[in-house]
Amino acid sequence: MTFDLNGFGGVLLAGMLMTIALALSSLALGLVLGLAGALAKTSSSLPLRWIGGGYSTIVRGVPELIWVLLIYLGTSSLLLQIGQLIGRPNLAISAFAAGTLALGLCFGAYATEVFRGALLAVPRGHREAGLALGMSSPRIFWRLILPQMWRMALPGLGNLFMILMKDTALVSVIGLTEIMRQAQIAVSFTKQPFTFYLAAAGLYLSLTVASMLVMHFLEKRAGRGFTRAAR
Amino acid sequence: MTRVLKAIWPWLLFFGLIAAILYGVTADVRWDAVYKSLPRLFEGALLTLELVGISVVVGLILALPLGIARASGNIWIGALPYVYIFFFRGTPLLVQLFLLYYGLSQFDSVRESAIWAGSHVQTTLDLGFHRWALDFTIPGLREPFVCAVVTMTLHTAAYIAEIIRGAIRAVPQGEIEAARALGMSYAQSMRHIILPRAARIGLPAYSNEVILMLKASALASTITLMELTGMAQTIISRNYLSTEIYFAAGLFYLLISFVLVQAFRLLERWLRVDALQGR
Repeated sequence: MTFDLNGFGGVLLAGMLMTIALALSSLALGLVLGLAGALAKTSSSLPLRWIGGGYSTIVRGVPELIWVLLIYLGTSSLLLQIGQLIGRPNLAISAFAAGTLALGLCFGAYATEVFRGALLAVPRGHREAGLALGMSSPRIFWRLILPQMWRMALPGLGNLFMILMKDTALVSVIGLTEIMRQAQIAVSFTKQPFTFYLAAAGLYLSLTVASMLVMHFLEKRAGRGFTRAAR
Repeated sequence: MTRVLKAIWPWLLFFGLIAAILYGVTADVRWDAVYKSLPRLFEGALLTLELVGISVVVGLILALPLGIARASGNIWIGALPYVYIFFFRGTPLLVQLFLLYYGLSQFDSVRESAIWAGSHVQTTLDLGFHRWALDFTIPGLREPFVCAVVTMTLHTAAYIAEIIRGAIRAVPQGEIEAARALGMSYAQSMRHIILPRAARIGLPAYSNEVILMLKASALASTITLMELTGMAQTIISRNYLSTEIYFAAGLFYLLISFVLVQAFRLLERWLRVDALQGR
């Protein structure tokens, strides 16, 4: 068997760029949602804890594919109503936006737990020290808690990002031209499914390896000044 | 005034969200369509459970030797399992499904083989005292169900193998040395000490993997399987009520994962996971 992409290599690479863009934008949304969820879940107010807990429980219990489909197809009537309200009758959500929302939502739900763990791992004394120095609560969070949380949350976030990267393949179902979709298009022309899905697998593998390398670098950077506890 | 606001804004947010959801849900939801779809969604849920059940159990059996090989620390023994695990963990399940279901038919040799088409077995089994007439079909990868089960099993086995490796590595060195000091062989210490211990260490991670597979099983709908998501899509293609039906399907998934989580909690209590962690 010869491995011939019949000139569809460029198309696949364009899909790879789309995959990376989707993964990064979902990551950005997911980090914000995760941080907000973790703060809500560890907050002292009961309703906020309910919101945070409800968010992470419900979103984690429903498949990513259902979220993608629900946000892309399920919101169309709602968006039509909103569109009529603001005078844009054919308001609709793009596949990219729907994918970003769905994957960001799922990433955020898992990241809530990662951030919560990291938040609880910051010693109480650091917060109290900040209070003793007269820092305000938001300031303590930005200056003391967040930088320390980051280091502890990083390994967990790295795993989640790897999962997110693979979940981007789901967005092909709603027609976004990322790796998987491009491979399907190529297959429909060339009738060589194995070749192209294998090529897609190779691209995903290379993305996984690349993000592993980046994570290794980030973890090393975040962990500078810390030695591993002796075993 | 600001103090009052500071005290009640989370409640305002909470009840505001509830009100918004209630309004959105009650506005013009076709509850009758949801109610009517329940029996067929239940049917789909049974197929989902079947897919997940088979793949996580067979996956566990497949993962055991892989995990032990990976934990052995010997490069020659661990290399092949590592390549397997790297591929299946590094690529999306969707790619793997398509690779098997659509990809394999690219090769004529595969299409003509029994792996693809399945085979019909018709023999008699004679054990002297009784004769059995065997007449059954082994379905091939051409069947979407078989293809989905095989792919999901291979996929989850890679993840479970890593869980097993981590669990074996987490068994305290002293306990393994104690087993050796009592004169146990490698196999004996594995069977009586390391694996029972690792099973309890790895159980929480395994339960996570089962929940992840439950959610991943939604992908089987892309190869025309009528499990929960596929069934929801079929219903939607008839009545165009995507919000309502996906919502109902989501509730089914939530319910199943809730039951699974509770079941694993019971299993953990039964195996006394907490008491045996030796902390």
